[in-house]
Amino acid sequence: MIWNLTKNTAFYALVTLIVVLAVFPFYYAIITSFKTGSNLFTVEYFPSSFSLENYVSVINAGSFTRNLLNSLVVSTLVVLLALLIAVTASFALARVRFRGRSLLLLTILSVSMFPQIAVLAGLFEVVRFLGLYNTLWSLVFSYTIFTLPFTVWVLTTFMRDLPVEIEEAAIVDGATPWVIITKVFLPLMWPAMVTTGLLAFIAAWNEFLFALTFTSSTEVRTVPVTIALLSGASAHEIPWGTIMAASVIVTVPLVVLVLIFQRKIISGLTAGGVKG
Amino acid sequence: MTAIHLNNVRKSFGTFDVIKGVDLEISPSEFMVFVGPSGCGKSTLLRLIAGLEDITAGTLAFDDKVVNSLTPSQRGIAMVFQSYALYPHMTVFDNMAFGLKLAKGGTDEIKRRVNEAADMLQITAYLDRLPKQLSGGQRQRVAIGRAIVRDPKVFLFDEPLSNLDAALRVQTRLEIAKLHAKMHETTMIYVTHDQVEAMTLADRICVLRDGIVEQVGTPLELYEKPQSVFVAGFIGSPKMNFLTEKHADTYRAHTLGVRPEHLEIKDKGGAWNGKLILSENLGSETYLYIDIGAKDPLVVRQDGTASQQPGELLHISPINDNVHRFDQSGRPAASN
Repeated sequence: MIWNLTKNTAFYALVTLIVVLAVFPFYYAIITSFKTGSNLFTVEYFPSSFSLENYVSVINAGSFTRNLLNSLVVSTLVVLLALLIAVTASFALARVRFRGRSLLLLTILSVSMFPQIAVLAGLFEVVRFLGLYNTLWSLVFSYTIFTLPFTVWVLTTFMRDLPVEIEEAAIVDGATPWVIITKVFLPLMWPAMVTTGLLAFIAAWNEFLFALTFTSSTEVRTVPVTIALLSGASAHEIPWGTIMAASVIVTVPLVVLVLIFQRKIISGLTAGGVKG
Repeated sequence: MTAIHLNNVRKSFGTFDVIKGVDLEISPSEFMVFVGPSGCGKSTLLRLIAGLEDITAGTLAFDDKVVNSLTPSQRGIAMVFQSYALYPHMTVFDNMAFGLKLAKGGTDEIKRRVNEAADMLQITAYLDRLPKQLSGGQRQRVAIGRAIVRDPKVFLFDEPLSNLDAALRVQTRLEIAKLHAKMHETTMIYVTHDQVEAMTLADRICVLRDGIVEQVGTPLELYEKPQSVFVAGFIGSPKMNFLTEKHADTYRAHTLGVRPEHLEIKDKGGAWNGKLILSENLGSETYLYIDIGAKDPLVVRQDGTASQQPGELLHISPINDNVHRFDQSGRPAASN
């Protein structure tokens, strides 16, 4: 009896601890974003004052909305491009027998092992060579490169699990590979597509290093860089209030996206149940 | 009305030969059944004819036209798969219409043909449902319907009944027989490991073993005149009894085959004597397992129920000397 009670208590204490650890930084950002003036520097765990001043100033501050739009455009393009390439690539990798297929798959996976900083210089040269420097395309280009290994790998695994007979039935029905991919496989792969697409979006949305390196002017920056470069009235002032407000604004689209696709993600994780 | 000619057709996966040179003529509008134990290459042979696998060597011709390098849809075949292979996200109607839509058929024409096929298979009521809302038998009908709609020259079945339960299997078997009667201009090839399906459906049966054709013939030819021990053992249920050594010597054969239904119990003076080990009573018939000193017990089929008790000594004789004599190589022994 007592042992059971202790066990239950310990269990929920642990759950609470994990939740607090995960949520606290974001919670602290939210309550800080509503504070102004010297209040910012008092440590409080519950909101004591409420003001939207920080939000107003960050939205009016120069190019923030423009940068937000940039982030949105870049992330969306990355997702679309990555999914298009990954779906066609994974069809070949999962379904077409050719020499060196598994070697190719392993190579693709190993690409994702390189730390960003290791390829930064080389990639910078490529971006310059292609004339993409200081354009949004440089970001679309580099993010797609870094997203593809993961996307291809996940979709390949998923596509391999789709029953071969369904593909053969489509071949007998006279379908070309493109028709098989778009009309037969895609509808079965939505859960996997949504999951990988969302992860690609989040990665592109949060990326900092490339965004900082490949752009120089304010109007082609993405939000993570903008936030990092927010400056106060003097060189010695760090505008915590506006930084926190901007951080909250940046998080909102992700939360909305996850909420919209939540059910799809969950079914994506259990999608092995597809049966002809 | 398409005839199919296979000329020394071979298939290898890497260094492994699955089909080792098959010559076979399938007549127009014939119902041909490929039968054999698992791993004999019967499904592979069907997939070669379908165009789902490349032929390694030899020629495959529909009528006079070599089709080795044509795609399945160019060959004009339709196929029913063992696992149904329906498109899970499409309704029954769309499943059946998919091929026609790809072939750019007119909307009215597609509707007419799908409805016709659905009528024939009595699945009209389910046209709006998804495959997951159907039972196994209904799914298999949809799969058959999808094949009918394409109005194929050659209709291929790859073990279509294996996933159904016993009662449904018999019912669907009858429907496939009816289908063959209705589509009497279509050549059909049917793969199965079940010799009852083979015997009941086939115009002719092709028995395969290790990628080689053992024997081709009508069901009765295979039953009455098996050209090898393998075919003799494969066709017929329960299996033919095989006797060797002293039991076969009397008949001047290396291996002697007698079907359980061609044996009778005598009051005395049978060809063989032995003790009853077990009797399986099925009501309409009874199988007696008798130890006559051979390697395996001798199986005897009796009409109705049998009164003999285990341990009893029985005398057995082949009816009208209805036995099959095979020589050392497993081929029928020369009569002398």
